[in-house]
Amino acid sequence: MTTDTNFTNTELGTDITTEDVRDGFELLDDWEERYGYIMDLGKKLPAFPDDERREENYVHGCQSQVWLIHWKDPESGRLYLLIDSDAMIVRGLAAIIMIALNGRTPEDLLAVDIEGLFEELDLMRHISPTRGNGLRAMVEQIRATAQQYT
Amino acid sequence: MNLEQVRADFPILEQEVNGKPLVYLDNAASAQKPQAVMDAMTQYFRETHSNVHRGAHSLGDRATALFEGARETVRSQINATSANEIIWTRGTTEGINLVANGFYRSLKQGDEILVSRMEHHANIVPWQMLAEATGATLKVIEVTADGDLDQQSFRDQLSERTKVFAITAVSNVLGTINPTQEMVATAKAVGAYTLVDGAQAIPHLGADVQALDCDFYVFSGHKLFGPTGIGVLYGREDLLNEWPVYQTGGEMIHRVSFEGTSFQKAPYRFEAGTPAIAEAIGLATAMRYLDDLGHDNLREAEAALGRRVDEWVADFPGLTRYGQAQNKVPVLSFWLEGLHPSDLGTLLDQQGIAIRTGHHCCMPLMEHFGIAGTARASFAFYNTVEEVDTFFQGLQRIQRLFTGK
Repeated sequence: MTTDTNFTNTELGTDITTEDVRDGFELLDDWEERYGYIMDLGKKLPAFPDDERREENYVHGCQSQVWLIHWKDPESGRLYLLIDSDAMIVRGLAAIIMIALNGRTPEDLLAVDIEGLFEELDLMRHISPTRGNGLRAMVEQIRATAQQYT
Repeated sequence: MNLEQVRADFPILEQEVNGKPLVYLDNAASAQKPQAVMDAMTQYFRETHSNVHRGAHSLGDRATALFEGARETVRSQINATSANEIIWTRGTTEGINLVANGFYRSLKQGDEILVSRMEHHANIVPWQMLAEATGATLKVIEVTADGDLDQQSFRDQLSERTKVFAITAVSNVLGTINPTQEMVATAKAVGAYTLVDGAQAIPHLGADVQALDCDFYVFSGHKLFGPTGIGVLYGREDLLNEWPVYQTGGEMIHRVSFEGTSFQKAPYRFEAGTPAIAEAIGLATAMRYLDDLGHDNLREAEAALGRRVDEWVADFPGLTRYGQAQNKVPVLSFWLEGLHPSDLGTLLDQQGIAIRTGHHCCMPLMEHFGIAGTARASFAFYNTVEEVDTFFQGLQRIQRLFTGK
């Protein structure tokens, strides 16, 4: 049974902000450090409940499996996300997406320029429509969810 | 064969990707084009382009001569009896669909279609659709643990009910070279129509359709160092002339009236509409280019790459290779312990190394090995032994990154 705390028990998007990620990236020199850092961020993804790995929560991508669920806090009106993937880099990129979008009201979430952030971090290739890894679909699904609540 | 000179024929290879020299190991997905192919197509557009088979002016005549000359080149390169047996398609997929389409009226319940577990989806789904529509049954030849076709499974399932036998000559995932010639002969002996998917075979082995003695042979231009959007269906001429038409429209008709329409003979009866003229010329140029380099030289270069791959694989901790067949083309499908293929692909790309990851349009084969996908490095004659080393050294760096060592 997925409870509210499954969603709120994370530092992604609360304690860790996009500013932290920007600062972190600035210190990295080569691809090994960059992707090492991305994969470390992936380790911070909150646990994804096993029983939520169902077809309806599956984000269709070509290369890796991605799951996404959300919960809207009825009191604060904020949206919380849980994302999982079997690929480490996708997990890391999902963590960056969570840092940018998690725990925001639908209006705030929709105002976030995720493409701008990925561009800035030189990760655009991962969410451009040409890459069939499900990240693009993930972002679109999160936005569509937020849209439903506005 | 001077490899340096050969590589100079492929300008795309001389570039940096992510700050590193490009190492292109995704040749089984699509191969690069020699300058000669680009020149032939550009020259055609600059000097000759016009519609073909219309005949009222000189440009049209010249375009037609080039286009039909390309058909003749393909005929001679695959040793068909007549140029009428060479049908231009968009690629292997369209060729298979064209052949499968011809069975919709003749197949019936109780008939069987025999394919194998290592087929590309393009050689599964058209037959599956055909089976669903006609009530025929789709049967599957199993694959051994080493990645060979299980010949017992083939013999067990082949019978007089087998009306269609459709098989790949080389596995796009495992690199296995199937004993296609023997299997075609066995299938013909029970009266089955035979189709060979040559998409992966012809870039490495060439093709001799008379020796193979199959009814149909299909391949794609872009995997054979030619352009995309062009491919070939070879069929026996007598068979093609009675084969049901596929797409209908201009060019393929003999006479049209509202009372009825009669169709041309092969190959034109299967080439409705204006064809991909420049692409056909490009494909023929690619085949001549390979012929000029010498097929034996190409085989030799590829074998050297394959041996180097084998040496690395023999002593690479954590690497599982899928496809251990004795007889194979230089393709390495693998899994590195603890590493998702998608992560591998991304991290190799960071080092300028292009491979493919995923199910390779072969989900039933992935199921057989109990995996969701593999990473696949596929080699062509223009790759170097140093590039093989760079690739494996790249894997070692990734392993270190993941294990923190």
